[in-house]
Amino acid sequence: MKKRLNTLLFLIAGLWVVGCHSSTSNSQQASENAAAPAASASTANPLDDKGIGPIKSVQLGPIQPELAKKGETIFNEKCTACHRIDSRYIGPALKGVTRRQAPEWIMNMILNPDVMIQQDPIAKQLVGESNGAVMANLHLSEDEARALLEYLRSVDDSSSSK
Amino acid sequence: MKTKIFLKQKQLIPIVAGIIAVAGLLLASCNNHSSVGQGAISAQDAAQRVYVAPGQYDEFYAFMSGGYNGQVSVYGLPSGRLFKIIPVFSQNPENGYGYSEETKPLLMTSYGFIPWDDAHHPELSQTNGVPDGRWLFINANNTPRVARIDLKTFETVETIEIPNSAGNHSSPFVTENTEYVVAGTRFGVPIPQKDVPIASYKQNFGGVLSFIKVAPSGDMDLAFQLMMPGFDYDLAHAGKGKSKDWVFFTCYNSEEAHTLLEVNASQKDKDFVAAINWKKAEEYVQQGKYHEFPGTYYDNRFDTSTQTAHSYVHQGVKVLIPSECPGLVYFIPAPKSPHGVDVDPSGNYIVANGKLSADLSVFSFDKIQQAIQQKQFDGEVNGIPVLKFDAVLAGVVKSGGLGPLHTEFDDKGNAYTTFFISSEVVKWKLGTWQVEDRQPTFYSPGHLMIPGGDSRKPWGKYLVALNKITKDRYLPTGPELSQSAQLFDISGDKMKLLLDFPTVGEPHYAQAIPASILMPRSDKIYQLASNHHPYLTRTEKDAKVVRKGNRVDVYMTEIRSHFVPDNIEGIYLGDTVYFHVTNLEQDWDAAHGFAVEGNRDNAELLLMPGQTKTLKWVPERVGVFPFYCTDFCSALHQEMQGYVRVSSPNDHVALTWSTGKE
Repeated sequence: MKKRLNTLLFLIAGLWVVGCHSSTSNSQQASENAAAPAASASTANPLDDKGIGPIKSVQLGPIQPELAKKGETIFNEKCTACHRIDSRYIGPALKGVTRRQAPEWIMNMILNPDVMIQQDPIAKQLVGESNGAVMANLHLSEDEARALLEYLRSVDDSSSSK
Repeated sequence: MKTKIFLKQKQLIPIVAGIIAVAGLLLASCNNHSSVGQGAISAQDAAQRVYVAPGQYDEFYAFMSGGYNGQVSVYGLPSGRLFKIIPVFSQNPENGYGYSEETKPLLMTSYGFIPWDDAHHPELSQTNGVPDGRWLFINANNTPRVARIDLKTFETVETIEIPNSAGNHSSPFVTENTEYVVAGTRFGVPIPQKDVPIASYKQNFGGVLSFIKVAPSGDMDLAFQLMMPGFDYDLAHAGKGKSKDWVFFTCYNSEEAHTLLEVNASQKDKDFVAAINWKKAEEYVQQGKYHEFPGTYYDNRFDTSTQTAHSYVHQGVKVLIPSECPGLVYFIPAPKSPHGVDVDPSGNYIVANGKLSADLSVFSFDKIQQAIQQKQFDGEVNGIPVLKFDAVLAGVVKSGGLGPLHTEFDDKGNAYTTFFISSEVVKWKLGTWQVEDRQPTFYSPGHLMIPGGDSRKPWGKYLVALNKITKDRYLPTGPELSQSAQLFDISGDKMKLLLDFPTVGEPHYAQAIPASILMPRSDKIYQLASNHHPYLTRTEKDAKVVRKGNRVDVYMTEIRSHFVPDNIEGIYLGDTVYFHVTNLEQDWDAAHGFAVEGNRDNAELLLMPGQTKTLKWVPERVGVFPFYCTDFCSALHQEMQGYVRVSSPNDHVALTWSTGKE
């Protein structure tokens, strides 16, 4: 467990460093975006955006209730400082997120928010919509991020069946 | 939040070249009185050797004692950049050390809470005689204590008081595997303390040398003390290699003067180095040959799991009397009020720096052992055999300098000694005792430091002279000046002065260790999952305010960029409020602060990710008082604020708390 976590941290740290290497130009972009909010973000299909981070591909099957339950626990412990399911809090309401975004994007946003909010057009737009509140990196493991994804899928699944 | 700058290597080269060129020109233009002499190198060359490009790291961590600021400061070498001040024996309002409820116990003593001390000698823990990067020890000189800093967190995790001691100066030097940390008294005192005439010094005063056992976990325990004559035990170093079972203490005032020591403690031509066989001491303690002496002392330990320090009060100490314990202690006569005592990397040579002399006396461990076997004694003092000076002397360094204080070693068989009066560092060769080089310092060095320079494995690339006098070295800042350190390159035959850099407090000793050893050990955050603070608020849902009589406990969280709760009502005049604040962040350098208006006799909290700390607040006025985050944490940092309403108890305002409800 520890080893895996270390590997992940190393990976995230590596990505973060890569991100920071070009931080000058990024902050410039960010301020330009603030002036003209995310003109480019809306043009492409958002579901094609897999985000930037360790998750390249996620295979989804039927919703796994056990995994979703684990994700719900993590959500309540780690995410509720900024997110609600049904309403905007510090960040966006998460209901419908699995229909709005690709699963890879969601996991990368959880695992690699520092780079995502600097470089991913949709993430940048969301930061703007959240009054500049950044997504905090809570250094979750890939397994934890996957469980969260399952929980959010289960939320959207039950809300669509209603 | 601090801004981090990273540049690609390619971008750096022209910048580096440019800065070096400019720095070189600047240095050349103002370098009119310093680095003259054989060791001088061009300003460009010196600048290049100390230049650490933006985003790059120093080669060594250096830990400098803060002297009378009671702290330890962490510098990078060769750049001389200050990274951190670690509060140890002094309150530090900057991060709430000694103010937060969790850290107050670290400043507890048998006298009560003491907010200040005089920190002298940092000492890295060692394994097989080599600095291992686990802990840093430092002594408090005024109210005798030894502290341990954990080098994973760079925070003070233990302070232990030394009873029966006074002026804990010859401390906290470690044995080869950090079995013990030593603590020798600088001032003779009545033991146990009692009301006697000062003039009865010779009858009533003694001096104890204390041995603190260090457990594998790092926890310290006072194991035993040696009751010595009432001399002033000045400095110490443990042996290594063949001499690893021994610790050597210098002493002055073998005259046992109690007034005008400036004159009266300088009467005898020789004082002593006390050689203590600590293995033998352990045996005598195991055999029960100790006396139980009274003595109340505090051992304050910071529990990393609960992030809280607790004080443990102990009574009594085991004391060995040397006259009852043959083979435990020998005195080696050492000329001219010796100050530093330093053991070379082989463990064979013990250098006594006679501070009123021009010369250094070097003793041989082999000769000491031989003299003990052959009983080559020159009488005894309080039952302690005095070894014949000529029988144990290995050599004398005829330095030509004045006022030798301290010696460190490189990895090429050389020794380096500071001379306070003649204001210089002198390099000399072990074995030949010949002076190889000398360089002036600016001004009057006390200690000096080579990374690993008191260990079996010096990293002999740099030397730092820790000067006592600063005068004209920097822009003046009124009568009170910064302290001055000077960095020398000692990789070649001649020492080369590279850099002056100011230090804070008065740097006594220092220690340094390669960054490659420490950097991988350094924690980035505190794991929330392993935070077992009794007042932890793990999630925002757990935030609450609990009243028990006049005590109000606020369980509060912080995350970018809000508090839960941020509106609190139902606090009354007469209440004592404890804000238990948890930083829910788990990201590197995502720190938050907490401060509330009108908090008399108190400071702020500074919370690293995953930390819980407690600030006490006794409201003294009716009204609505803001609290806020003091560490610029995000774009919405200015929004990170809240209110606490203080009412008269007669108003019966209900206790409520919330965040985000309009």
